[in-house]
Parts: sequence; C-alpha cells; structure tokens
Amino acid sequence: MGGPVEHKVIVGLEIHVQLCTRSKMFCGCAVEFGAEPNSRVCPVCLGMPGVLPVMNRQAFEYAVLAALALNCEIARFTKWDRKGYYYPDLPKNYQISQYDMPLSANGFIEIPVGGGGTKRIRIIRAHLEEDAGKNVHSTGGFSQVDLNRTGTPLLEIVTEPDINSGAEAKALAVELQRIVRYLGVSEGDMQKGHMRFEPNINLIVTRDGTEYRTPIVEIKNLNSFRALERGIDYEEQRQLDEFLETGQVMESGNKTTRGWDDERQMTVLQREKEEAHDYRYFPEPDLVPVELAEGRLNEIASRLCELPISRQVRYVKEFGLSEYDAGVLTGERATAEFFDRAVESGGEAKRVCNLLTQTGLKIANERGCGIGDLGFSPKGVAELAAMVEAGDVSATASAQILEAMVETGKEPRVLAEELSLLQKSDAGELEAVVEQVLAENRQAVEDVTAGGKKSKKAMGFLLGQVMQKTRGQANPKVVSQILAAKLGGG
Amino acid sequence: MEQLSAKALRDRIAAGETSSVEATEAILSRIEDVDPALGAYISTHREMAMERAADVDRRVKAGEPVGELAGVPVAVKDNMCTTFGATTCASAILKDFHSPYNATVVEKLLAADAVIVGKTNMDEFAMGSSTENSALRRTVNPWDGARVPGGSSGGSAAAVASRLCYAALGSDTGGSIRQPASFCGVVGLKPTYGRVSRFGLVAYGSSLDQIGPITRSVADAALMMNVIAGRDAADSTSVDETIAPVCDYLEKLAIPVEGLKIGVVSEFNAGADEPVREALGEAIGVYEGLGAEVVEIGMPRLDYAIAAYYVIATAEASSNLARYDGVHYGHRSERARDYVKVYTKSRAEALGKEVKRRIMLGTYALSSGYYDAYYLKALKVRNLIRGDFTEAFRKCDCIMMPVAPTTAFGIGEKVDDPLTMYLSDIYTIAANLAGVPAISIPCGFDGNRLPIGLQIISPAFTEDRLLAIARMFERQTDWHKAEPTVSGGH
Repeated sequence: MGGPVEHKVIVGLEIHVQLCTRSKMFCGCAVEFGAEPNSRVCPVCLGMPGVLPVMNRQAFEYAVLAALALNCEIARFTKWDRKGYYYPDLPKNYQISQYDMPLSANGFIEIPVGGGGTKRIRIIRAHLEEDAGKNVHSTGGFSQVDLNRTGTPLLEIVTEPDINSGAEAKALAVELQRIVRYLGVSEGDMQKGHMRFEPNINLIVTRDGTEYRTPIVEIKNLNSFRALERGIDYEEQRQLDEFLETGQVMESGNKTTRGWDDERQMTVLQREKEEAHDYRYFPEPDLVPVELAEGRLNEIASRLCELPISRQVRYVKEFGLSEYDAGVLTGERATAEFFDRAVESGGEAKRVCNLLTQTGLKIANERGCGIGDLGFSPKGVAELAAMVEAGDVSATASAQILEAMVETGKEPRVLAEELSLLQKSDAGELEAVVEQVLAENRQAVEDVTAGGKKSKKAMGFLLGQVMQKTRGQANPKVVSQILAAKLGGG
Repeated sequence: MEQLSAKALRDRIAAGETSSVEATEAILSRIEDVDPALGAYISTHREMAMERAADVDRRVKAGEPVGELAGVPVAVKDNMCTTFGATTCASAILKDFHSPYNATVVEKLLAADAVIVGKTNMDEFAMGSSTENSALRRTVNPWDGARVPGGSSGGSAAAVASRLCYAALGSDTGGSIRQPASFCGVVGLKPTYGRVSRFGLVAYGSSLDQIGPITRSVADAALMMNVIAGRDAADSTSVDETIAPVCDYLEKLAIPVEGLKIGVVSEFNAGADEPVREALGEAIGVYEGLGAEVVEIGMPRLDYAIAAYYVIATAEASSNLARYDGVHYGHRSERARDYVKVYTKSRAEALGKEVKRRIMLGTYALSSGYYDAYYLKALKVRNLIRGDFTEAFRKCDCIMMPVAPTTAFGIGEKVDDPLTMYLSDIYTIAANLAGVPAISIPCGFDGNRLPIGLQIISPAFTEDRLLAIARMFERQTDWHKAEPTVSGGH
C-alpha cells in the first residue's frame, strides 16, 4: 500500500451511425430531420395493430458497404431479432435489431495517432437496427413523444476495448465520420444526431505490482466528439480518484451508467448496479432472413474506395504534404478525389494543395458546396499550379486567379492575361528596366556596392523600383538575380 | 335466397337476375332477427353495405365489369383491420380502436366487389378455442345454444352456418378456422403459411397465423381463395409466386385426384371421441369407395405438437401484444400517474385473463436462462414435426384425421380448465407448426346432432389439390347441406 500507482484507461465504444437512406428501415416514411413532430409516420412505424415490416434494401447495402470498409467479415446469411423493452418512444415496445447473427463481425479500423502513425482498433460487430423516437419532456409535468425518428436505419458498431484515451476515442470517431461520409452511407452530421457514442470505460490500476480493474462505467448517448473525449478523460480521473479512495474493483453487477453533463463538464450517475437487462431477444417472425449472394456482395464491394486514413498517409509519404494539409484534403472524399485528379493532370502536389486548401476550400465553405461544384476543373487547377511553378504568376496572384475561375469559368492563363497578373520573367526585357533604374538611383547603387548596413535596404529599394516600373508584373526572383549579377554580391 | 352459394349468388347478381341490394338487405334483416341470440357479430355496417350493394347493382346495369365476389355479403373476423368501424380483436383494450388502414385481405375483398356486412366475434386476440374469451360478446353454437361455436373464429363460423353471410374470413394460429368450422358444420380452410397476406391481421403468433375462408361449400372456399391468395409486398413472409404460383382454385376443383393415397395415423386418432372416430372412418370409407388407397403413416412427434405450440405461440404473442400499452392508442388507465403505471394499469384493466396467461407464459419462455429450455427446444420440435410431414407426404397425397377430439362442448364447460381447453387443439396444431394447408369439411353428426368435421392436410402450396380432394367427398355426401334451425328472438 501507498507505493507508486500507475494506471491505464480501457475504453470500448458502442456507436450508432444513422444511415442516409431516403426512407426508413422497415417502411416507406421519409427520413427527415426537423420536420413537424409526428408528421413523418405511418401505421408501420407507429406500430399499429396488424402492421408488418419490410426491409429497406438500400439500408442493408449501406450497412454492408460500411462493414466492408471496417474490414469486417460479412455474413452471407443474417437474420433479424426482436429486442424487447418498454419505453414510450418505442411504439411496438420491441426494437427490430440483430442479435446472434449480425450482418458483419471481426473487423478493425485504423485511427491516426500522431506522427503519421496509426493504431488498429478491433471491431467486434456491426449490425443494423431501427431507431426509436424521441421523448420530449415538457415543463408542465408531462412528456410528449415524437415518432418521426422511429424506424430510422442505424448501424450499430461495437469495438473491442482497444482504446486507451479520450483522444483516441475522438480520433476513432472522426475517422469513422470520414469513412461513412466517403462511402456516402451517412451524412455523419453530429448536430442532427447522426452519430452517437456510448463508451464503456474502466481503468487498470497497478499498485505494488498488482493490477486492479475499476468498475466499468458506461456513458450514455454522447453526440459530439468533444463530449466523447472529455467524458472519457473525466472518467479516467474520477475512477482513479475513486479507486484510491475506496479501492473498489470491478465485479459482476457493479457496472454503472452515467450521463455527460455538458454544462458542468462532468459525468453524473444515472443508474447504479445495472441489473442484467433481459431483452428477451427472439427471431423476428415477420421478416425473412437475408441471404447475400456472392454477386451482390461483389457489386457492393465494388463501391468501396481508398479510405481517408490510407490516403492521408499516402499524401504525407508520397507528396511530402504536412499531416495537417493531408488531413484537410482527405476530410471529404470529393476534395481528396479532386486533389488526386489535379495531381494526375500534372499539377505539382504542394502547389495544388495550397490552391485547394487556402483558396478553393475557403470559397466552397462560404458557399456551402463541395470543391467540385465551384466550376473549375482539376485540370484547370493543375494548370494554374504549373504556372506558379514556372514563375508565370505569383502565389498571391494565383489565389486571385482561382477566385476569378470560380466567377468566370475561364482558363487560368486567359484570366492571368486579362487581369494582367502574368509575371515578366524574360531576363532581356527586364535587364533594360534594371539598367534604367540603376541609372536613375545612383545613391542607392553606391549604398549597395559600399556594402554594410545600408546595402540590404538599398537593394530592396532598387527591387521595388523595378517592380513599380513594370507595374508589378516582373518576376521578383528574376529581378533579384539580375540586380545581384550587376551589382555583385547582394 | 340465403340458400344459394356465394358463387351462385355472385353469378346471378352479375347476370342481373337478382340484385345485391336485395341479397344484402335479406342478410342484414336476418342478422337483426337472429344475431341478438346468436352473437356472431361484434359490429355490422348496414349503411356502408347497402351503399356498396347499390353500387354493384348500378354497375351491373351499366354493363360494367364486376368482381369475383360482386355483391356477395361477407363477414370478416374482427382481428382484421378495417378503416370502417372498430377493429377490436374482441378485447376491451381495442374496444374503440379505429384502424387507419385496411388489411390486405380486406382490400382484396373490396376489390372483388364483396359487400362486407360486419365483423365477427372471436376469442380475445384469437386466443382460445371456444370464443368464450371474447371480452365483448358471447357467441353460441347455431346447432345448440348451450354450446360453444368453437374458436377462435367462432363468430365467422356461426355466421356462415346460420346464413348470416355467404362467406367469411377467419384466422388460424392453432386451429382457429378449422375447429369452429367443424363445431358449426361448415367448411374452413387454413391455407399454407405465406399463401395469404397477413398484413393488417392483428398478430397473435406471427409465425403460425394465417387467414383463410369459412364457407358453406368447398367451391365457395375455392372462390374465396381466388380472391385472397397471393404474394403481398407488404408481407415479407408471403411467398413469391415464382416459387409457388397461385392458380384458379375454382377451375382446379372439378379435377378429382386419381389414385389418391390417404395417410392415416391410427394411434393418434384413437384419442378422439367415439362418434368422431366413427365419422372419420366412414368418411375415409367414402374415399375408398372412390378408389382411394389408405396408408398407415407414422408421425412420432405429433405428441409434442401441443407443447411446442403453446411455447412458440405464447412467446410470439408476448412480444406482439407488448404494443397495447395505453400510450399511443387503445385503452389507457385513468388511474395512472407515471408512464410505468400507464403500462401496468392499462394492461391490467383491459386485457382478459387468458390473454394475460399467455403473455405470462410467453414472457417466461423467452426470459434469459429459460430461452434454450423452452423456446429453442420448441423450435427444434417444430422442425421435427415439419420433418414428419415431409416424410409422410412421401407416402401419401394427404393426411386425414379428426379436427377436434370432440364435438362442440358446453358453454362454461372448460373455461376453468385451460389445459383441457388447450388439448382440444391437438389435431389442428401440427398443420400450423409445419405451415401446411389443412381443411375441415362437414362429415357427420354425433348423437346430439352436433356437426363433426373431417380434417384433410396436404403438402405446402397444394391448396388446389386439397380443395379438389375435399370436393370429391362433398360430391358424394350431403353433410354440408345440413342446416341448423336458427330462430330469431320472436
């Protein structure tokens, strides 16, 4: 007792991702956020007497696609089960889910862990289920139920407890968001509750060579990356403190459920001693099992693409981009693909990257659209990058040209000419201007040749004069070279 | 006119020889006379029926085409959803429930220009074998007012037997069409599971429930099948017609089965009462007279059918009936002060004793720790029984056995002894577990002039042959022409 204490936090995640199908999981109602309460409902999702569910094939295919991207084994035969529990937002008082034969299992996800490295988090299973509605608690001492969300398709992903910090959990969440957006299976909009997280957290505490495991805490329904990270960080400290104070270790039946209080930035106890919930799962008799034929599976697999994390690593390794820039470019599939095509068209990667990240994405964000919707092509951007590379236009001018490309849809070279942004790099032509400037500014020339303190400043002055005479169209690099050659040194 | 078959009436109406208004009016006034004492209907819909009848007559006059049941007054069991009137399932919890949609079979009846005159009484949520479990009405047997009509489709069978409609729909989970048909001396067909859409049938045991016709003749059963059979996109468990095509059941009816082989399980049949066994023997004798061959078959697992059935049906029921919670529709307790009490009090107040018993049984069977011993084992038994049928049908074209061990029993005789009541389903349950079609046709009377039914079971999706086999018997006998003396209250 009292010796040095070390600890490690162990986290497994349960994640619900809303799939972006147009209609619900088992009926034809529209999936729509923010509609008037109970306006996107029908007898089926209301659980009226006599109704039967019909599986949304699109949802199933989206789920398979996501599971493939998560490196899961896809079940060729999968079935539906009923999970029974009573709650007013669940009109049938059972949820159609998958119990012992999920559509996929045994996968993993690579998450970035800094320094260009990745860490593999194993995935136990990913299955489909229907969402419940929402209870709205009014102040008047009653609650109201909105069933618009009832029956929305959810992909539930369960990880192994391979996560060891709040930051890692957040990285996984961000990565998963990128993946589902890449695949087009979910909008991954946190504000709309498209991704919800339930971490199971405990610690391995080592004291005097003995390992202790603290009781598991599940935090319910976290719907932001920040809450996920902070919730885990908070629990890490809270559980450590609690262990040091009470010595309480994990045993069967002492798992608790806590909620995240965003105002106070802390977790609060919701349910103590969670008794093993008896959901009375049994096979859903109203749905037939799904058999996935080889051809169909291959067809779905053909919709896979290079995943964001491997792209990001490639951009750093192959093009020497910074991790930050690589992250920005791979944030959305459309951006990454636009970038790839611009590079394929001969654009120098770093220049293309600068054009896209510093100007293109800024405009796209302002307009709330994708980079591909701005009217310029990957080829045009490649050409513009080549012009910068060749010194035909300055980096500053290139941003201006890209903006003009959005406005006019014209080719970059045409715009450079129209806007008089082409740089003069012809040494012969510039030499004449330099001669003239040198003749008109004897004092400055003397200062330069004298060397010493004033030399550098005088050189800058002469360069400025040349730029002025060419109305800024001279390539400053070339002018400097000429000046240096004429005055010696520099 | 009530003596006409549904088919004959339809043809006369379509030919303009008689009017639907006249036929419907006759049925409705007969209901007004007879039904106060009989109790077959929970609700009648005079105004709607007369309007539809008049519409059919108008279209016939105008020379427009009319449907297969044009102008024929029919009845529907009150567990099939209708947008007109209430859909009560004979339960206090749905006493005032109005469905926002029509069951698929109801749509099909309407599309065939049938005139639905009313909705018939039943055991609450189709749980029972005597219609005594109705929370709303008492139905008596048309042949003896002191006896039960059978159940759970007792209202439909009593209505057809008493000429209070020309045909009716019932539902059969463990014998609920065949047993009341037998007790009331009419024809009752339980089709193959998946042959008729269950969409809009308030679920009891989803993997067993099947809608079918109750009629005065085999030909009318075939006519009803022509209208209601077929794949429904809204019911995932209805069978693809490329696998099992529907056919014109009426047309196939006239073709007797050559070299018919009848399977008999003598040992199993020995458990029935003497008059029932005698009638069965005589019925088989009629077939032998037509050249049929009788083969003794072994069905060793039939003894376990009741046990398996009461686990599977109640398990599914416990989940299916979870939605009647007082939150969204149906009876809500006025004494509830929080949502849990809304559930418990609403259900305690408005569900009947037998329904509660089955919910409890099913909940228990699905509970963790008991699932394997009960539900899973019952599913295994079910598979073995299916195997017994497959095996049997290698040796014979159909199996003949009693419908019930007794004729109609006295009202109140078995209500306090649920196990004995359950045992009265012994001959009917196996067909539900195996999913195969089975029919009950009148084949005699006992000493008290109570009807006895002959049950014929055939392989899945052979309703055409099953009806043809039944028709062979009907052509040779007059049992189906016998009529109860039903009198009104005056």
